[in-house]
Amino acid sequence: MIFFRGVSKTFGRHAVLDDLDLHIERGKITFIIGKSGEGKSVTLKHIIGLMRPDAGTVIVDGVDLGSLGEGELLALRKNFGVLFQQAALFDHLNVFENVLFPLEEQGAGLSRALREQRAEEVLALINMLSVRDKYPGELSTGEKKRVGLARALSSKPAVLLYDEPTTGMDPLVSEMIDKLIVEVNAHDPQMTSVVISHDLKAAMATAERIIMLYKGRGILSGSPQEFRNSSDPVVRQFFAGRVEGPMEFF
Amino acid sequence: MRALPLLSSIHRLVAYLGRLAVELPRQVGLFMLFLGEIFRQLLRRPFRLGSIIKHAEAMGNHSLAIICLTALSTGGVFALQMAGLFKVFSAENMVGGATGLALTTELAPLIGGFVLAGRVGSAMCAEIATMVVREQIDAMEAMGVSPIHYLVVPRLIAAAVVMPLLIGIFMVVGMLGAYSVSIFLFEVDQGIFLEKLVALVGHNEVIKGLRKMFVFALIITVVSCRYGLQAEKGAKGVGVATTNAVIAALLGILFADFVISYMQLRWSL
Ligand SMILES: Nc1ncnc2c1ncn2[C@@H]1O[C@H](COP(=O)(O)OP(=O)(O)OP(=O)(O)O)[C@@H](O)[C@H]1O
Ligand SMILES: [Mg+2]
Repeated sequence: MIFFRGVSKTFGRHAVLDDLDLHIERGKITFIIGKSGEGKSVTLKHIIGLMRPDAGTVIVDGVDLGSLGEGELLALRKNFGVLFQQAALFDHLNVFENVLFPLEEQGAGLSRALREQRAEEVLALINMLSVRDKYPGELSTGEKKRVGLARALSSKPAVLLYDEPTTGMDPLVSEMIDKLIVEVNAHDPQMTSVVISHDLKAAMATAERIIMLYKGRGILSGSPQEFRNSSDPVVRQFFAGRVEGPMEFF
Repeated sequence: MRALPLLSSIHRLVAYLGRLAVELPRQVGLFMLFLGEIFRQLLRRPFRLGSIIKHAEAMGNHSLAIICLTALSTGGVFALQMAGLFKVFSAENMVGGATGLALTTELAPLIGGFVLAGRVGSAMCAEIATMVVREQIDAMEAMGVSPIHYLVVPRLIAAAVVMPLLIGIFMVVGMLGAYSVSIFLFEVDQGIFLEKLVALVGHNEVIKGLRKMFVFALIITVVSCRYGLQAEKGAKGVGVATTNAVIAALLGILFADFVISYMQLRWSL
């Protein structure tokens, strides 16, 4: 349902995405992996049109994002839930209001009571109901991330994008969140999840498809099994977590 | 060898002018688009009354004291200068009228506008720039919400209402300063002071001043929000954006002041 065709993006002289092609299938959990600075977050921002490619096209649900105006893009994004890498909670709203925000703004047609009920529901889902009245400045990094997750889930979007959902969490919470991602996706066969991650173990356990970015391109796209059996030396090196090998570190 | 630095400066100047010739129309065009977008969002629902009231209250609370202080000293000092001047012609009695006229039509909106650009405009810009740097604007857009509708429009409406009110207070407090100086330092007769004031300053003058401030309020808000939204990501982004926003707002106010004053004189608007 999401296609990248020859997408390139350059910052200054640094070509982050270079003729990238990829396909994210509807109804599946797709992991995007790659080393730090490889352009994973940049890829995610292209999916929702927060960044526009220098060359190439991004197609979502058959629509070329490049052909949309700002207003149409805003409308299209209501189908997405996004967990940002830094959580990006609104500092001027408390936890509960942050989670309520997409429900109120997207006019889901719910009554006030139902919206608040839904916000409490998702906060409970990630065990954060106890901090509902705190402001983001008073939360730890991991807590912010969990609230960000609740905010992404609250409006029940059709596509969920998670940018490193478990980075900065202890193993128990990590596992809880990995499970949650699977549960949420299993809830609706049309639900599409894209997870950006460093966590290979989680990727092997929960991904249905894995895409690996390297030097601005997708060097591998397949099931965890294909990933494990890949003979590509860069994939093998990443998988083994070795410093020595063909992979270039800037 | 001596010619080389000169040549290279000329070269740099030409390059700079060339860049300016390309960049300036582009920036002007982008600014026009921004204005158009604000206007479009102004008409869109929902009407964020709660947010407007919150911003109006914050603007008033944060700047009332500094506005009063500035007004008191502006009115006082201006009366002092006028009294010194009028004394030469034994016309101290005119101080009330002269100060009143200057204060309502020019000093209150201009100096008050500067104070509000520094106090309210900079805070507005810093707040929005911080949201840009922390990706909160990205998050907002990712949820399908227009930052112009959510952030800029309520601030614009609040400023358009509250800032002229503050300038009204500036006028009153400024006159209080002028009154004190005239009566206590120059022993001007109270009755004559007020008589000349009422003779020269009618509600037309007050409206002229408030109308100016209404325009300045729009300039302060639009410029501050624009610089805030354009902030560069990174540690220095907020500071740079805020400094530039205040400078641009001040220049905008000076320019608009000239244009409005000219129109008022020319066509007695
Ligand atoms: N707005 C921007 N302006 C300039 N450069 C940028 C911008 N956003 C990203 N970059 C650059 O693009 C590159 C890729 O960034 P990105 O955030 O996508 O990495 P990443 O794969 O998500 O890494 P990590 O795993 O550390 O989050 C980086 O070198 C970064 O400096
Ligand atoms: Mg990233």
